[in-house]
Amino acid sequence: MSILINRNTRVITQGMTGKTGRFHTGNCRAYANGEAAFVAGVTPGRGGQDVDGIPVYDSVAEAKRETGATVSVVYVPPPFAAAAIDEAVEAELELVICITEGIPVSDMIKTRRKMESSRTILVGPNCPGVITPDEIKIGIMPGYIHHKGRVGVVSRSGTLTYEVVGQLRKLGIGQSTCVGIGGDPVNGTKHKDVIKWFNDDPETDAIVMCGEIGGTDEEECGRWIAENATKPVAAFIAGATAPPGKRMGHAGAIIAGGKGTAREKISVLRECGVHVTENPAGIGELVKSLIR
Amino acid sequence: MKVHEFQAKEILRNGEVETPRGVVCHSLDEVPQALKQLGGSVWVVKAQIHAGGRGKGGGVRVVQSAEDALGAARDILHQPLVTPQTGPEGQIVRKLLIEEGIGIQSEIYAGLVVDRSSQRVVLMISPEGGMEIEEVAAATPEKILKTQIDPEVGLTTEDASAAARFAGVPEPLIEKAARFLQALYRAFWDNDASLAEINPLVVTTSGDVIALDAKMTFDESALFRHPEIVKYRDLDEESPAEIEASDAGLSYISLDGNIGCLVNGAGLAMATMDIIKLYDGEPANFLDIGGGATTEQVVAAFKIMLRNKQVEAVLVNIFGGIMRCDVIAEGLVTALKQIDTNVAVVVRLEGTNVETGRRILAESGLTLTIADDMDDAAAKVVQAARS
Repeated sequence: MSILINRNTRVITQGMTGKTGRFHTGNCRAYANGEAAFVAGVTPGRGGQDVDGIPVYDSVAEAKRETGATVSVVYVPPPFAAAAIDEAVEAELELVICITEGIPVSDMIKTRRKMESSRTILVGPNCPGVITPDEIKIGIMPGYIHHKGRVGVVSRSGTLTYEVVGQLRKLGIGQSTCVGIGGDPVNGTKHKDVIKWFNDDPETDAIVMCGEIGGTDEEECGRWIAENATKPVAAFIAGATAPPGKRMGHAGAIIAGGKGTAREKISVLRECGVHVTENPAGIGELVKSLIR
Repeated sequence: MKVHEFQAKEILRNGEVETPRGVVCHSLDEVPQALKQLGGSVWVVKAQIHAGGRGKGGGVRVVQSAEDALGAARDILHQPLVTPQTGPEGQIVRKLLIEEGIGIQSEIYAGLVVDRSSQRVVLMISPEGGMEIEEVAAATPEKILKTQIDPEVGLTTEDASAAARFAGVPEPLIEKAARFLQALYRAFWDNDASLAEINPLVVTTSGDVIALDAKMTFDESALFRHPEIVKYRDLDEESPAEIEASDAGLSYISLDGNIGCLVNGAGLAMATMDIIKLYDGEPANFLDIGGGATTEQVVAAFKIMLRNKQVEAVLVNIFGGIMRCDVIAEGLVTALKQIDTNVAVVVRLEGTNVETGRRILAESGLTLTIADDMDDAAAKVVQAARS
């Protein structure tokens, strides 16, 4: 098992005819069961065409009806990306993974409001995607560094996740699923959601969480872990050296009004029984110590 | 994106939020005309810089004669203003806002921010006008009312009136204050602001509700649909390194240390700074070159980092994912050959084709130190910065 996606997942690429959508869909098809998994593309006004053999539809609803796909991945440019998510939600997909970076915050506020009455799960935006190693990869992460195993990974950042997976790889520790939740202030899935799913997944034994400065998601997640988690959780929080009031690349990575410091997050997580390392090079070793 | 107070007030006035009448002056010569235009006998001379805490730094003066106004203007204009947010060198004041004096009956704090946990815009209001809201939140949180705003409805008259009552607005003025708050919310939402702070919002002795001060910042991801706000960008308020970085599509923040960092991805960039500190080094900057790490970006990144003369060593930490390490290594070598520097460079490459990448670096003829992992990289760069 795994969480969110597996070898049987069928995927629609939104923004299929764009350079980014086409490139990454090509890479995803080349990974594990990708050839069978990526069944449709959507670009309004381009229905009836095909891209590298994948049929393109005008709408998500049509693509879903024709192919039975239940998941979409969004590469649509920022001004139109929130509308693309809305479309996938209206088509009642189970899961939407939005890779696009730079979506206006107010667009995401409106989209999240519309999603309040929906069952669709949103991962992202501004995230690397989701991968269940050796089964399916949906997103922009390098597939080859991952391999199947029993550690779940959740992170707000792309390359830092690759760093963690690279460390696990060197120690021979595989992953059940890796989820990039993204670095935007208003997003879909939170750390807490992913950790709940990992906690319920019989094929995940331990969980790694990479957080960063800004917001209070990590703290909320810690409180949930303290009361509910039955599996060990390892964590690293990036940005201990970040100065307040400066946006560290990600729109959401900012210490504002004295809230969201790494110090505070680390201390809350430790109180909640989470194993925290302050050395980003030591995450793999920490996980190793927890699963032995 | 930050804007000046006078620009924020222009935006608010366009949204029918009441502000004092004011005139912007770029030189002392313009001051007498401004006073004449405003009339009255009490004025406020306000330094226009992006940093906050201007009052504490002496950048805001109430004057009661033309002579005093000119004196205050002379003290402030073209001088560096040091506030708790500028750093010790201060920020040169290039513009003044001169406003009519306002008779104050009471001062209120009103702010609008995006609240991450509720995923909505939240109105914060407090009767403690003029205070730092963080201090109020820490000492007397019961004096702040937070109202979540439904994006599909906007700020309702009911919620706005309740907020005004909480802030202590006298009953006959509640309707006026509620209209003010609703207009403020519309100006925030319609312009894709990320922050609007009216501190203080005042009830005047003549029974008006008015934004005495105004601070607004805007969502950079939404600027593409607000060309009128992009025009407000003031390059004088940004450091040359920050301007160059934003032109090159890099995310750069200068810090106090002596070890430059060049990293792909924001999370890994922060983690790299953190590990340098863990090895008792001091990072000189945050620099995220994004996922690609092209030659042009690396050249631009080095130029920006090396503007900072404190930098004694540079750590390049790249995790090549989709972009292969051999391509990144070629780019690095081309870039470093273009940049003439004697600063020590430590490179840590990881990812696809890493062996080829490292070989390209080793055979480049450049004096580089190659590191195996982040621990090794941090140890080596801290050592290099000391020697």
